[in-house]
Amino acid sequence: MENHKNGRGEEVSIRADKLTKQYGDFIAANAISFEVYKGEIFGFLGANGAGKTTAMRMLCGLSTPSSGSATIAGFDVYKETEEIKKNIGYMSQKFSLYEDLTILENIRFYGGIYGLSRGELREKSAALIARLGLQGEANKLVASLPLGWKQKLAFSVAVLHQPRIVFLDEPTGGVDPVTRRQFWDLIYQAADQGVTIFVTTHYMDEAEYCNRISIMVDGSIAALDTPHRLKQQFGVASMDEVFYQLAREAKRADG
Amino acid sequence: MQTITLNGLTKVYGKEKIPAVNEVSFSVDQGELFGLIGPDGAGKTSIFRMLTTVLLPDGGGATVNGFDVVKDYRQIRSSVGYMPGKFSLYPDLSIEENLSFFATVFNTTIEENYHLIRDIYVQIEPFKKRRAGKLSGGMKQKLALCCALIHKPTVLFLDEPTTGVDPVSRKEFWEMLKRLKAQNITIVVSTPYMDEAALCDRIALMQDGKILSIDTPANIVSAYPDQLFAVKADRMYALLSAVARYDNTINSYAFGEYAHVSLPAALGQEAAGAALKNWLAQTGLEALEVFPTEPTIEDCFIKLTMDHLASAKN
Repeated sequence: MENHKNGRGEEVSIRADKLTKQYGDFIAANAISFEVYKGEIFGFLGANGAGKTTAMRMLCGLSTPSSGSATIAGFDVYKETEEIKKNIGYMSQKFSLYEDLTILENIRFYGGIYGLSRGELREKSAALIARLGLQGEANKLVASLPLGWKQKLAFSVAVLHQPRIVFLDEPTGGVDPVTRRQFWDLIYQAADQGVTIFVTTHYMDEAEYCNRISIMVDGSIAALDTPHRLKQQFGVASMDEVFYQLAREAKRADG
Repeated sequence: MQTITLNGLTKVYGKEKIPAVNEVSFSVDQGELFGLIGPDGAGKTSIFRMLTTVLLPDGGGATVNGFDVVKDYRQIRSSVGYMPGKFSLYPDLSIEENLSFFATVFNTTIEENYHLIRDIYVQIEPFKKRRAGKLSGGMKQKLALCCALIHKPTVLFLDEPTTGVDPVSRKEFWEMLKRLKAQNITIVVSTPYMDEAALCDRIALMQDGKILSIDTPANIVSAYPDQLFAVKADRMYALLSAVARYDNTINSYAFGEYAHVSLPAALGQEAAGAALKNWLAQTGLEALEVFPTEPTIEDCFIKLTMDHLASAKN
């Protein structure tokens, strides 16, 4: 793992260097460079159409970059996409669990895909259900769960195979403020155990919970720092204003 | 004048007859911008669907423009605009075709009511030959609003128009709503974003099919009963667990870069803050900041939710 350390001795989980994706003459992601460290909560912000999804798909090994380089948990995004997929977890607001499978079936299905043994599966599903307090619901369809519970379950399933990095794409849309905070408790816990968290969100108060955040505008990273320093840099009191100052300059018609 | 009235409106689903909307009563005045604020599952969409006559109530009743939502559904349908939460235009028709379709269905033309949609339509007009299914989220949202407005409705129902939309586009959308309100259109809008609540004339905070509170945003904030403090320290996670253990804490939670802690009003502001800071210092936290802060709608919602959960348990 020596080569994964940067100059300051921090272990690097994600390293992107001039990563670019071009569709015809449209540059969706334009030479983006950044590092994310082990156990860090990294917020990946940007307006709709700024290129977040494109960048995330490359980092997850789902889309081949046009140029530039990136390593995820030390694996190359061009050549080692299967290794990347084994070492990451992924959860999105739009797709996460199968609604017409039960809670237990979903856990077994995803655990199976990630290669957990029968014994591990039995042990881990029991522990997960107990931790979420879902003992009474284990055999109910996921469709019958309130959205907040679905999100907590989806997150827990995404980290079931103990990935080094978990990608969260707008994980908390549409839930109440109390449930949203419970979800962030799960994120803090995972980060505390050394899992690297890469998260997109439209809630600017959630951006404040991240160790560092980047803001994409028109395919490029326009700002990257701790929330505190970004607010200082822009001379404003909230992340909302930082975001607004950067994103209102965007040229792309929310593409 | 009251444009919308709900009287014990109720909707139940499934064999278990679980109430999605539980005896909800309120009214909306003409020209008002009224917000239904609450999470997914609070019952907002069911209320919208009953008021727009696409869903029958199981109890109670409601009127829109003086018309009954069950008996007079035809009159209501021709006089209201409805933008559902899920994109419901024709993906295979172009921007232009969708708009002219909705105008025709309501026996009008785009030209006749163009003044209502002009501000919004000019932003998507350069792409008018593009199929709706190929549009970005923000453009779909603008087209859907145009289609809901093209027959010059007197009441506009907008179900979570800004969910999943970035903060800049959300701000633009609310500016459009303000301009529509200026044209005397009554607007009922739902949102899970608490910061948008402050932009409404009045709001109803909802959870589990019930209204927790209904008033102007300013009155809801001023009715907050406890003393609220913003707290910061060198280690956030340790701070959150520490404030949760503090004896006097009523509620505590992360709030942006601070933790919010509510303490009983009876303690007195200065004494309560000093005691809290003192106690936190003893737990080994450093770089402590403790200061009183004004509650936001989100703080009020959290307070009401906690009270609601506590009373549901008893």
